[in-house]
Amino acid sequence: MSDAALPPDSAAAPAATPASEPITPAQRDDLRRQGILLTSIEELYNWGRSHSVWPLNFGLACCAIEMIAASMARFDIARFGSEVFRPSPRQADLLIVSGTVTKKMAPQVIRLWNQMPEPKYCIAMGACAISGGPFKQGYNVLKGIDRFIPVDIFIPGCPPRPEALLHGLVQLQAKIRGQPLTGPDAPRHLRSDVECNCPIPEFGAHDLVPTQNPTVWQPPQPIVRPDKA
Amino acid sequence: MSAPDSSFLAPPAGSQVRAVHDEFHGDLLEVSMGPHHPSTHGVFRMIVTLDGETIVKLKPVFGYLHRNHEKLGENTSYLASMPYTDRLDYLNSMTNNWAYALAVERLAGLAVPARAEYLRVILAELTRLLNHSCLAGFLLQDCGCSGTPLMYAFREREKILDLFESLSGSRMMCNFQRFGGCRVDPSADWLAGVQQLTDGYGAFLDEFEALLTGNEIFMARTQGVGRLAAPLAISAGVTGPVLRASGVAHDLRKVDGYGAYPQFDFRVPLGDHGDTYDRYMVRILEMRESIQILRQALARLPDGPIMDPKAKLRGFRPKAGEAYGRIEGPKGEIGFYLISDGSPNPYRYRVRPPSFINLTILEDLCLGHTVADAVIILGSVDIVLGEVDR
Amino acid sequence: METVEQIRDRLLARFPGATVEVRSNPSPSGQHSLLLGAATAREIAQFLRDDPALRLDQCSNVTGVDWPEKEVVETTKTTVPDPAGGPAKVVEQKSRRLEPGCLEVVYHLYSIALRHGPLVLRLRTGNRTDQVTLPSLTPVWRACEFQEREVFDLFGVRFEGHPDLRRILMWDGFQDHPMRRDYVEPDDYEWEPTPHGAVLAKAKRHYPAPAPAAKP
Repeated sequence: MSDAALPPDSAAAPAATPASEPITPAQRDDLRRQGILLTSIEELYNWGRSHSVWPLNFGLACCAIEMIAASMARFDIARFGSEVFRPSPRQADLLIVSGTVTKKMAPQVIRLWNQMPEPKYCIAMGACAISGGPFKQGYNVLKGIDRFIPVDIFIPGCPPRPEALLHGLVQLQAKIRGQPLTGPDAPRHLRSDVECNCPIPEFGAHDLVPTQNPTVWQPPQPIVRPDKA
Repeated sequence: MSAPDSSFLAPPAGSQVRAVHDEFHGDLLEVSMGPHHPSTHGVFRMIVTLDGETIVKLKPVFGYLHRNHEKLGENTSYLASMPYTDRLDYLNSMTNNWAYALAVERLAGLAVPARAEYLRVILAELTRLLNHSCLAGFLLQDCGCSGTPLMYAFREREKILDLFESLSGSRMMCNFQRFGGCRVDPSADWLAGVQQLTDGYGAFLDEFEALLTGNEIFMARTQGVGRLAAPLAISAGVTGPVLRASGVAHDLRKVDGYGAYPQFDFRVPLGDHGDTYDRYMVRILEMRESIQILRQALARLPDGPIMDPKAKLRGFRPKAGEAYGRIEGPKGEIGFYLISDGSPNPYRYRVRPPSFINLTILEDLCLGHTVADAVIILGSVDIVLGEVDR
Repeated sequence: METVEQIRDRLLARFPGATVEVRSNPSPSGQHSLLLGAATAREIAQFLRDDPALRLDQCSNVTGVDWPEKEVVETTKTTVPDPAGGPAKVVEQKSRRLEPGCLEVVYHLYSIALRHGPLVLRLRTGNRTDQVTLPSLTPVWRACEFQEREVFDLFGVRFEGHPDLRRILMWDGFQDHPMRRDYVEPDDYEWEPTPHGAVLAKAKRHYPAPAPAAKP
């Protein structure tokens, strides 16, 4: 790589770093361009994790077909290290909620989430998994899977195109790479003060009991536009 | 057919349970397959009772994707239900649209121009190609051939979806048919694309069949597995390729002669044995016939309008009455039953889902077979859960 | 196929005492139906399946329809002669009566052997609360097995003689019949991100009362 491709201040930047201060990501990238690989345990760990996210082989509705299409030849999810669709939740890192979650199905989805080992991530794929989507007014439709389990990435669309799923996967990888391993923002699997399991609702006489998991979801305050207040 | 025989009407003998449990036989084992199971094509669940590895009882459990299609249809206007029909059988949105449009046209007495009828035939046959290739891929996946056939099928599916997308704006949820016609008139480029796809599809089928049809393992897995007798199939309301694989010549394209189908020359493939292999073979042969229909439709596509000038999309209020319209979808007879009370919303909106009713015979097919066979029998019945549970 | 009236006449001749009425359908589809009494419905269905002229061997579609009680206002006009010998007066009298509701099950029959159809059968329950039992036609057509279960689940019609009458789409402990017109769905519209119409109105019931606007 020629020096002309580097940003103008790149040559001066590494030299200006005192040995006692941590190296910044920009400086690390600059060093990489010079052929020097410097890394931290945190970066190496997250880099490894983010490029082999194994999804659960779990289709719910229409979006599942697009999820299959994303793993087929044209879209080829293998480019992102996620082609290994595992049939068992015990072997999966990523739950792609691909489609409408009905109230009859919700306990099973949550049970699958609980059976997945940490670190685990959840993508709500499509309008139905986000909010109920076009079927929101149905009596048997859960109005968003985020009422029961924590969701990392929301992919809108009905159904989202396979490209959108790939984009969501890339966003998830960026999120994993940005997770610090220590401190209050550490992921769930490295902390002992966070409950990883979500309570599984029961079938009631008219609805699920309870209808939501208040530790992960609270109804947001409505947005009031200043001109309509 | 001979005189009606009522011996098949009794529910299957699920109680083929040995009364004696000797020391060499363990107890019966009840296995719940699904709703999360890689081979149940979605969120279908079967509770299987096993004697060793042999199925002695199988109870399907539905409703894990019951998203209240009919209730929503009664709370929205006639036109607003059209996008919901896309999501019934989400592989075949075009034929769902057509069935619904046909029922409403019967209800309101709308006529469809000739060009729109031809377009509907073209789109329905493309949908049939898409569905049957995907089904063959999924069936092979269920047999344990993971990857290759499904990859090939999805490669062809993407080509068809490109055509759907350039015509309707959406890959899967096309929302294309309207009451009294179609939404968009295709360009000459689009028709040339369909022609190109039609010309190339035969070569794909040849390649596919060279891999599968004479394959010894595939034949060993599927021949004689899950036999369906014709009288039982008729009584259980089974339709589509599953019925024809049992040797019953019943294709609504010929029987009802709806749309422009009477103007085309095509054959209806029938099976001899009604087993899983026949169900696969009937679909492959149907794809070959679909290519013939597509060739004829493209060659003779008439000019003219694509909408009935009397048809009114906004403020559509059919007079009070009821109608049942049905077409031959790729999975069987898909019908819509509508009751109008003169208001903008249907009073009753009912979908006759072919794959739901085809599942009536699942237990009969699986009894006496192993669990691994139950998986491919289910794959050969070809269900889509969006339609089973609605 | 024979017309619905011809079939009715044949049925009445074959089953004296049975209730068979023709329900005409005013829509252009022209699919008229036969309303059967519950007592003889299964024998009639058997006859329709086995009769050599009809051979209705396929029961394509089974569904329920809910007809709730509704108030009908009838206007009767009576002419009252004027005792003084003038022109007669027309007196309008409005009477209200409550039309009883019922649950209806509709069967669409086709013949695969003879390639005709549909013949539409309708069965009606006595009311919508306690007299909701109808004979099951599953012994005649296996196709009714799951569809009658669905009608039982969503409408609450109990089919007598059905081999396995359980809920099919909703879970077993569910108590309502959601396709009935008076079903009240659970109120879980706590939050509606895209405000529109009826859904927003339901969501707003959960919103806290707006704080009084601070005056500058």
